[in-house]
Amino acid sequence: MSILARIKSFLGMEAKPDKDASKEEVEKVAEEKAKPRIGYIHLSGCTGDGMSLTENYDILAPLLTDMIDIVYGQTLVDLWEMPEMDIALVEGSCCLQDEHSLHELKEVREKAGLVVAFGSCAATGCFTRYSRGGQQAQPNHESFVPIADLVKVDLAIPGCPPSPEIIAKTVVAAINGDMDYLAPMMDLAGYTEACGCDLQTKVVNQALCIGCGTCAMACQTRALSMTNGRPELNENRCIKCGICYTQCPRSWWPADRIKQDLGL
Amino acid sequence: MVLGTYKEVVAARSTDKQIQKLAQDGGIVSGLFCYALDEKLIDGAVVAGPSDVMWKPEPMVAMSSDEILAAAGTKYTFSPNVWMLKKAVRQYGLEKLGTVAIPCQSMGIRKMQSYPFGVRHLADKIALMLGIFCMENFPYESLRTFISEKAGVDFDLVEKMDIGKGKFWIQTADQMLTIPLKETHGYEQNGCKVCLDYVCELADVSTGSVGTPDGWSTVFVRTDAGETIFKQAVEAGVIETKSMDDVKPGLGLLEKLATDKKTKAMKVIDERKAMGLPVPYKGSGEKEDPLANV
Repeated sequence: MSILARIKSFLGMEAKPDKDASKEEVEKVAEEKAKPRIGYIHLSGCTGDGMSLTENYDILAPLLTDMIDIVYGQTLVDLWEMPEMDIALVEGSCCLQDEHSLHELKEVREKAGLVVAFGSCAATGCFTRYSRGGQQAQPNHESFVPIADLVKVDLAIPGCPPSPEIIAKTVVAAINGDMDYLAPMMDLAGYTEACGCDLQTKVVNQALCIGCGTCAMACQTRALSMTNGRPELNENRCIKCGICYTQCPRSWWPADRIKQDLGL
Repeated sequence: MVLGTYKEVVAARSTDKQIQKLAQDGGIVSGLFCYALDEKLIDGAVVAGPSDVMWKPEPMVAMSSDEILAAAGTKYTFSPNVWMLKKAVRQYGLEKLGTVAIPCQSMGIRKMQSYPFGVRHLADKIALMLGIFCMENFPYESLRTFISEKAGVDFDLVEKMDIGKGKFWIQTADQMLTIPLKETHGYEQNGCKVCLDYVCELADVSTGSVGTPDGWSTVFVRTDAGETIFKQAVEAGVIETKSMDDVKPGLGLLEKLATDKKTKAMKVIDERKAMGLPVPYKGSGEKEDPLANV
C-alpha cells in the first residue's frame, strides 16, 4: 500500500475512499486483487511510446513489479504466443498490406479486455498518414491506418510520444477503475482524423479560440506558432498527431478533475 | 461559488514604491514574482513582456526583478503566455516556473497538468500560477481602432490603459481620456463570450482591481501552494493587506460582475448548444450550479 500511495501522490491521484478504510483492509484488498496483466503490442510504430513509459523513472520499478504484470511485449518479454491480457497498449498504426499486422491487431482485440491506442500513430495515424508506398523492400506497403479503423478501441492516449506522466496516470486509473479520469480518453478513441488544421476548423472557425497558446506549447514538432493571438500552422511540419486540439482548453474541459487535482 | 473556491480574500498591495509606481493596481503579480525569485521559490516566470510594437505584448521568460517589472501593467490584448511554458522548461532549463495567466490561460495550463498528453516533464514544473481577473480581451486591431478612432489619440502616446467604473480609461503624458465601455462592445474577442471564469478560479493566487480602491488589488488565495507563498510574502513585509470588509466597494461588486459575466456566457452557451455548435461547457440545464465553470 505504501508503494501505491507513493505512486498516487507522485501522480496527484490521491484516492479518497482509501482514507476511510483501515490499513489492514486496504492491504487485504491489495493482496487479493490480482495484478492487471498488461501487454505491449508493437505495430507500425517507432518504440518511442514504449520508451516514454520507461521514463517514469521514480515509479517505474514499483509500477512494474508491484502494481502490474507485463505479460507480453516484443521489446520487453520473451514470449511468442500472445496471452490473455487485461490491458493491451498498442503502439503504431496498422499497415493494410501487411497481413501479419492485421492478424496481430485482430488477435489483440480478442485477447485483451481493454485495447488502448498507445501514442498518436495508433490513435490518429500520426505521420504514417503520409505513407504512400513505393519504397524498397515492400513498395506495396502503402496504406497505414489508426487502429480504430480496424478494431474497436477502448481508450486513446495521443502524443508523439505520450508523456510518461499520462501513461502512468492512465495505467493507475485503469487499475483503480477510475472511469471518470479515463472518460476523455474513451472519447478520444473516436478522434482518428487529426490535423493541426483542426484548430482552425474546430476552434477558430467555431468562435471558441481565446489565443492562450496552449496548442502551440503542446505541439511536439513546433508546427504551430501564435500570430495576432491565433494559432498559425506550418503544414509542412505538422505530423497529424492531434496533440494541439487534444490539449486545447476549448476542445473538451475536465473541470471536475482539475478542481479535484488542485484541492479546490 | 461565483468567485470560485478560495481560502482567503483580502485587499492588498505591494509595499515596494517602484512597483507601486509601475503596476496597474496593487502590484501583486510583480511583487509576488519578485519575492518568489529572490527567495528562489521560482527560477523564472513567464510574463507578458514588451515587444517592438507598442501595446502588443509578447510572452517572455523573466529571470530577474528588472525583467518582471518591465512587464508590469495591463495590456488589453493577447499574450499567448502558455506557448512560452515549454520553452521556459526546455530551453531555459527552469525547474520551478512561475506564470501569470488570465482565466482562459489558466484553463489551458490546468488541463495540461491533469491530462499531460504530449507534454513530457512539464506539468510538475509550474510552481506558481498568478491569475488575473478578466472580463474580456480584445484583438490588437480592436484596441488600436477604438483608441485611435473613438478616443482620437495616437496609440504611441498612450501611457496606461484601464477598465473601470464603466469606462475604458486612456492616459497620456498630459491628459486622461475615456470611452464609455458600451462603445467597446462588439470589439471583444469572440471566444470570450462563452467564458465562465471572471476571477481566475484555478490559479494559486488570483488578483484584480475590482473591489478595492485605486492602488490596491483584491487577492484570492486559493491553493495550498498559493497560500504558502502569499503568507510568506506578507510576513516578509513585501505585501501589505487589509480586510475586504474595510475597503470599498468590496466583495459585493465583484460578486455582481462575476455573476453578470457568467450569466451572459451561460446564455451564449445555451444558444450555441441549441444551434448545434460545439462548446466545451455543459448547458445550464445539465448542471447543478449553472454558473459553475464546467
